Amino acid sequence: MTEASVGLRVTRAGPLALLQDAGRFGVRRLGVTQGGPVDLHGWAWANHLVGNAWGTPALEVTFGGLELTAERGLVLAVAGADLAATLDGQPLPGWRALSVERGQQLAFGSPVNGLRAYLAVAGGFAAAPVLGSVACVAREGLGGHDGQGHRLAEGDGLRVTPRRAAVGRTAPRDDAEIDYRRPAELALLPGAQIAEFSGESLFQAFNASWRVDDRADRMGVRLTGPTLQCRMTSMISEGISLGAVQVPPDGQPIALLNDRQTIGGYPRLGALTPLACSRLAQCLPGQEVRLNAAATESALEAYRRFRGGFA
Amino acid sequence: MSGVFPPGLPRLESAGLGSWMVRLFDAIDEANMPWLTALVRDCEKAFGDQLVDLVPSYTTLLVTFDPLRLSPGEARKRLIERLQWLQPDEEPADAPVKELPVWYDPAVGPELSRLAELAGMGLEEVVACHSERTYRVFALGFAPGFAFMGSVDARLEAPRLATPRRRVPAGSVAVTGQQTAAYPAVTPGGWNLIGRTPAVLFDRDREGFSLFQVGDRVRFVPIDRAEFERRGGNTRPMEEER
Repeated sequence: MTEASVGLRVTRAGPLALLQDAGRFGVRRLGVTQGGPVDLHGWAWANHLVGNAWGTPALEVTFGGLELTAERGLVLAVAGADLAATLDGQPLPGWRALSVERGQQLAFGSPVNGLRAYLAVAGGFAAAPVLGSVACVAREGLGGHDGQGHRLAEGDGLRVTPRRAAVGRTAPRDDAEIDYRRPAELALLPGAQIAEFSGESLFQAFNASWRVDDRADRMGVRLTGPTLQCRMTSMISEGISLGAVQVPPDGQPIALLNDRQTIGGYPRLGALTPLACSRLAQCLPGQEVRLNAAATESALEAYRRFRGGFA
Repeated sequence: MSGVFPPGLPRLESAGLGSWMVRLFDAIDEANMPWLTALVRDCEKAFGDQLVDLVPSYTTLLVTFDPLRLSPGEARKRLIERLQWLQPDEEPADAPVKELPVWYDPAVGPELSRLAELAGMGLEEVVACHSERTYRVFALGFAPGFAFMGSVDARLEAPRLATPRRRVPAGSVAVTGQQTAAYPAVTPGGWNLIGRTPAVLFDRDREGFSLFQVGDRVRFVPIDRAEFERRGGNTRPMEEER
């Protein structure tokens, strides 16, 4: 493998762009969160389209605003949200690999469809792993392009491990591109405290439409809607899985995502499936979502189908 | 195994795709910990590289595995098997105790006097009361390396601050309710600060990363300002930290 060198330079940072590999695992018992792409689906496709293996670091661009200049020729792909990306001012087509020449400018605008775009380059962004991963977690000061958990800032150079890649050989599957503007149907695996909620609250949880609150980030997404009543108000703190939907005493559920705290003490309706987490991560505040009770078997089948397409 | 666990426990609970929650106990107790640490080791053996993460905490163990390589049903079977033969870790009377040096002083522990007032004690008594005990690490969470320890002497029980601090200095030693902890990094926090340790609680370049692990025994050892400084402690008082 050839040595990594700067492939892209940040000319405008935008609100939030983070380098993410699949996540930081094996250290949650130390209070270290998982990190990684909140939309696993978009991240995996961006990597796949340029021929990268599962787990290769790619950029997660939230809301847009990021501008990059190529410092050498690259093959790249943008998947996930449509953030009105352009290449030298011309619309940049998403969900396909493209060649970019030295000096060309890649700019993200604002959300058109979805919230988070993923930018992958053939060969992958290169960064030193911290605690086994380059996943960027600002709160913990771990990972990312500089190892310190920083979001991208103007002037940052992003190192790329060079690799030749054929352009346009990999096409996305028909079901890869998602219209994120439609109401999100989120599969939820019911959890152990489900019986502690009142019958009416359970009916509402799975039949009402919920709205994504503006208190939403990589730690969790708050949903607003009917007030859910639970006989338990708090529990002894215990480990929290990805996608856990906790209900604090105010009765408004919070779906916990990649940067969640490792333990917590609120009763939970259950946990969203990994793909439901991905879908939720593309919702803008105000968007409508529904929770659908799912069985483990069907959730596992859907996840297998998703992962089966990637090396 | 009967008699050790409350009725209906241990129990396996669904905790999302690729996770099982093992519920062993229903109340916080130091005696839970040797069972939890034993189960952690058993799971490492039983799952090998199919294991993704383990999170022990007070009464439970969250087991996360790769559902593409191990079906939830098979994972459940392995856990039940391990639980059937589970034996607690042995706890000799002379089991190792980790010592955490602390400079107890109002300059770096602004709630020291509040605790003294609540308990009707002098500052020295509060320090003695906090540092005499050997504590147990019940859980790690909130931030990397943040260890929830108990149980604090009932006389030192104090509620959280009405308004949490936006920035608690790294190394701050704190109590709330029956728990005590030291802040590994600068974070927001609402616990009562009573002192500061010069020790590095979480270090990405150190083997094992965290000074404390679940199940550890810990004692706080009072040191004076000179010793605190000699060990590289940050002496900046709270007011200047804000």
